[in-house]
Amino acid sequence: MNPRSRPSRMGSYLAAVVFALPFLLPFYLLLRNSLMSQAELGALEWRWWPEQVSLRGFADAFSNETAPLGRALLNSTIIAVVSAPVSTMLASMAGYAVARIRVAAAKPTFVLILATMMVPGAATFIPTFVVVGSMGGVNTLWGLILPGLFNAFAVLLFRGFYLRFPHEIEEAGRVDGLGHLGVYLRLALPNSGSLFAALGVLSFIEHWNAFLWPLVIGQDPTYWTVQVAMSTHLTSQAINLPALFASAVVAVAPLAAVFLFAQRYIVRGVMMTGIKG
Amino acid sequence: MSADTGTAGAHPAGGTAQPPGRPAPARRRRVDWSAWRAFAVLTLPMVAGLVVFKYVAMGWGLLLSFSEARGTIALGTWAGLGNYHQLFGDPRFRDSLTLIVVFTAFIVPTTFALSLGLAVLVNRLRRGRALFRTAFFLPAAVSYVVASLVWKMSLFSGLPSGVANSLLGLFGGEPTAWIATVDPPLYWIVLVTVRLWLQVGLYMILFLAGIQQIPADLYEAARVDGAAGEWKLFRHITFPLLRNTSIAVVLLLVIAAFQAFDEFYNLLSTGLAGAPGPDGRPPLVYLYDIALVQQNYGVGSAGAFVVTLLIVAVTLVQGRLVGFGRGDE
Repeated sequence: MNPRSRPSRMGSYLAAVVFALPFLLPFYLLLRNSLMSQAELGALEWRWWPEQVSLRGFADAFSNETAPLGRALLNSTIIAVVSAPVSTMLASMAGYAVARIRVAAAKPTFVLILATMMVPGAATFIPTFVVVGSMGGVNTLWGLILPGLFNAFAVLLFRGFYLRFPHEIEEAGRVDGLGHLGVYLRLALPNSGSLFAALGVLSFIEHWNAFLWPLVIGQDPTYWTVQVAMSTHLTSQAINLPALFASAVVAVAPLAAVFLFAQRYIVRGVMMTGIKG
Repeated sequence: MSADTGTAGAHPAGGTAQPPGRPAPARRRRVDWSAWRAFAVLTLPMVAGLVVFKYVAMGWGLLLSFSEARGTIALGTWAGLGNYHQLFGDPRFRDSLTLIVVFTAFIVPTTFALSLGLAVLVNRLRRGRALFRTAFFLPAAVSYVVASLVWKMSLFSGLPSGVANSLLGLFGGEPTAWIATVDPPLYWIVLVTVRLWLQVGLYMILFLAGIQQIPADLYEAARVDGAAGEWKLFRHITFPLLRNTSIAVVLLLVIAAFQAFDEFYNLLSTGLAGAPGPDGRPPLVYLYDIALVQQNYGVGSAGAFVVTLLIVAVTLVQGRLVGFGRGDE
């Protein structure tokens, strides 16, 4: 259409490639380093690829006595696999109730939930730690999981979704003898699959990558998550670098897979969570 | 279960106009217990969780911040404003506030500009748009710990084989200890780039969503009017119409920056006492040290409130500033 558009489009592709390279560089470094030996990582010369690919780092990472990677992976997996669906489900339930069940408590309940959005999550880790600690939650799985299950912002998003849920469908359910819970479980919930998936995937990523809270609560090596275990090695004096990079590859791989296969949900989730104003 | 309660609500409301001047008859409705029960079942878990982990936590924290609480999370002796005095009397806390303001001033504009630029760029691509979007977005799958590892031990490692030093070597530069160099503050480059890499993709997605909602005929109309340059189109159409997205992005960026913890903790090793390198300690790292290492929960809680109030204040001020400009458009 536009005569100028061909060269300018070429320029766009060139720029995109130039910008994309530094974004992908760290992934390449991660992989390269995990396959290098300790000696090669400490070498003075730059090297594009290990002279001899070594899987020693992976073996070391899994056989480490003080912080076994297997245990940390298990902890992270339990936390993310439980937190993502449960936190999304709780938000969906509350979102439906404040949107569609007309009782006098609906408005105050919504305000009570919404008000917590003003409080920044990470900045209040000490008060939360005090409460969880007093309940005996330090060095427990529930202490790691429970405080992260209540997402007011997700309630807001689900409320918005259920407000637009067609009244005709609800009426039809009523005619068939469904109560409020029945309408929610049989009709509304199954119809919110895409929002559920988007928020669930985002929640999974968030919990898998979380650092501050697991660091505070999982103090004993038995309760370290992958992130805490890696951080402990990174900030210690004697570092087994190949093992550390191998752990990082293992920690990133599942999420990279989630990203590549569920990207449209993630993108949708990000679009919805970002446009709240 | 009685399903036939509350049928009074099924009357189409407002179907007949009320004669003016006469108040609506005060009809006393029966309480719909089945609705209440359903409401309670659905909201109770969320409400209970938020009450315990937000309201009780904040209340308890507020009380702790006014009491002597060393090595204990029980409410000790009343200390008045003592903890707040001690907090603001500590130069390291004041430094941490300065640090986080400076850090925010660096990271917010750079992330904003780069993510907006990449969104415009990706949007111009016809083929391969999804491919490039993925390339820029993929870092969002990586944790701060992993990114810190790569930045510290490979990208900006002090060895000549580190990426930054290898590049420097191509131009005949000497290998540099990036993270350990305080003067000039080279460690700042490491801190800013790691967060940039991790969060740019996320905000690029937000801007892309905004850009794609701009009607294409606006651009056509502008071209007809002679505003043909790409920069002019961006300045007069794209950017003004991204106003709401921009506001949201800045707010999210500021809130995230004020709560920075992970990269400072893992890159600068301030979690380790006496480790070499710069003492870059943002408020959350400072508070982690006070509460978890020194176990002074009184001062720690006081700090949590100061940081929280700061974030809330910034949010409100920004909302206010934005609100003032709204009439212009």
